[in-house]
Amino acid sequence: MIELRGITRTFVLGDSRVNAVDEVDLHVEPGEYLSIMGPSGSGKSTLLNLIALLDRPTGGEYRFEGRDVIGLGDDELAAIRRASFGFIFQFFHLIPRLSAAQNVELPLILAAIAPTERRRRVSEALAAMDLSDRASHRPAELSGGQRQRVAIARATVTRPALLLADEPTGNLDTASGQQMVELLERLHTEQGVTLLMVTHDPDLGRRARRRIRLIDGRIDSDQCGVSSS
Amino acid sequence: MRALDIVGLATGALTSNLNRTVLIAMATAIGVSSVLMLTSLGEGARRFVIGQFESLGTNLLIVLPGRSETVGGPPPVMGETPRDLTVDDAFALTAHPSIRQIAPVMVGNAPVSTADGLEREVTVLGSTAELASVRRLTIGQGRFLPPMDPSRGAPICVLGYEVRTELFGTATAYGRWVRISDRRFRVIGVLADSGVSVGVDFNDLVIIPVASAQALFDRESLFRVLAEARSPDDLDAANKAIHRIIAARHEGEDDVTVITQDSVVETLGRILDALTYGVAGISAISLAVAGILIMNVMLVSVAQRRTEIGLMKAIGADTATIRRLFLVEAVMLATVGAAAGLILGLAGTALIARLYPAFPVQTPIWAIVVAVMVAVATGLVFGVLPARRAARLDPVEALSQR
Repeated sequence: MIELRGITRTFVLGDSRVNAVDEVDLHVEPGEYLSIMGPSGSGKSTLLNLIALLDRPTGGEYRFEGRDVIGLGDDELAAIRRASFGFIFQFFHLIPRLSAAQNVELPLILAAIAPTERRRRVSEALAAMDLSDRASHRPAELSGGQRQRVAIARATVTRPALLLADEPTGNLDTASGQQMVELLERLHTEQGVTLLMVTHDPDLGRRARRRIRLIDGRIDSDQCGVSSS
Repeated sequence: MRALDIVGLATGALTSNLNRTVLIAMATAIGVSSVLMLTSLGEGARRFVIGQFESLGTNLLIVLPGRSETVGGPPPVMGETPRDLTVDDAFALTAHPSIRQIAPVMVGNAPVSTADGLEREVTVLGSTAELASVRRLTIGQGRFLPPMDPSRGAPICVLGYEVRTELFGTATAYGRWVRISDRRFRVIGVLADSGVSVGVDFNDLVIIPVASAQALFDRESLFRVLAEARSPDDLDAANKAIHRIIAARHEGEDDVTVITQDSVVETLGRILDALTYGVAGISAISLAVAGILIMNVMLVSVAQRRTEIGLMKAIGADTATIRRLFLVEAVMLATVGAAAGLILGLAGTALIARLYPAFPVQTPIWAIVVAVMVAVATGLVFGVLPARRAARLDPVEALSQR
């Protein structure tokens, strides 16, 4: 699904050049559950942005579902994101003036899906997140856990093949964080969604079947199987 | 993305900050309504002036002594007068079938006094019985000059409404004697109040037979001759006939200027139209100001909604969609303002029409169309920059803000 080869992302800060991501090779098969961990500044968010097609690498090759995406224009990348990606951000990024249902509906609007079909899928997605009774509430009227569930509903309403989560529990208390991860894992096991999670929380990262550790923009370790610890 | 959804999202964004939306829409509304009200006033002025002229009679031709090459301009004030235009010239014109009647006009100033010793300097107009029907004068009291031989004077006069009031107050003027210069005239009639009028103010003059005026001012030459054609179709023929007849009488020299009512009305119409366009243009400046306000508020909006824009891009909105969203928002802002301005402007015009019923204010259709279209176009033009700025935002950078 994801094939990265020699991906590098260089930032220029004044006179110095920093390789936030340095010659990374990574292959992810459909249906995998992997976590990207590392200390802050290790380049994990930059790598996520590159995989998410939000940022362009300075060098290297990237094939998504077999298609070379390096040379594509912004609008073609947007089309891939719309069709194949679901995003879960640390800071929710819900639009404050829209209700929970409207926030969830947004990706469907962008995909130009008919209103009746949209309503059906939104109520399904909200029901799956146990949020049916909160559909008309605005983000400000929801708890942190509820907001993050709205964000998951928004990320999954288009039934994407790949879910990208950036510190999904970073802004939640332990109980909500736990519930959150279980929801994501259920989507992975029940629907076969490829789940890619960036976190600096070792307990969370350890749950993934495949664990990648980044240090200074390079892959330090890539472990598979159930964690020993 | 569907068009209806774009409108829906833009509406949501506008209503979520209702105060700001209302204030900015008001700027556009003031622009549109001022364009409408000022053009309505301009159009009202045009209709008023033209109405006044047309009430003088549309078949009217004015013959002035002296040749002027100006077509349709104002009468030549300083025109040369090589040969006098006489009463005989005037009556010679009636020979032509296209001319129904004529009225010679002679004008001068003279002191008018009553037996009670009241005296006033008044414009004295020498003419004949036909003047009443050519200029559509209404008699308030008594009668107008009787038909008689134009070469014979008579000690009779007709007073304008204001002159009568000033000389006689509330007392009857009919049948009384007045002294004009050193001659005595009996008042045989008083004109009705002509209200507001353009050109000669018939409220403020005294009319006497043309021969008496010639004697009074010791002058042969006429100020002008008013001729009435039989119908509007006869105007051209009458115009040519006048030149021909006068030329024949003036040893082959066509030395008069003929102004038709049409050309006067046309010229005035053009002047007043230019005036209306002028005030419309000046008031349209406020629309440009409103456009800049729209741009400003949209730029603020883009800055405040950076994360929202970043999110939209992340979940798959392409640049055209973001651009369209913000452009539609700006245009809707302008459209709401234009609609409010339309209502405001028409209501204001209706109010003016109610307060000044004599003044025919009317909003021209072109002003409505232009004001609304310019307002919406300003939203479009001034919305482009903020929309482009929003569309160009880098999603990673936009989302890194909390």
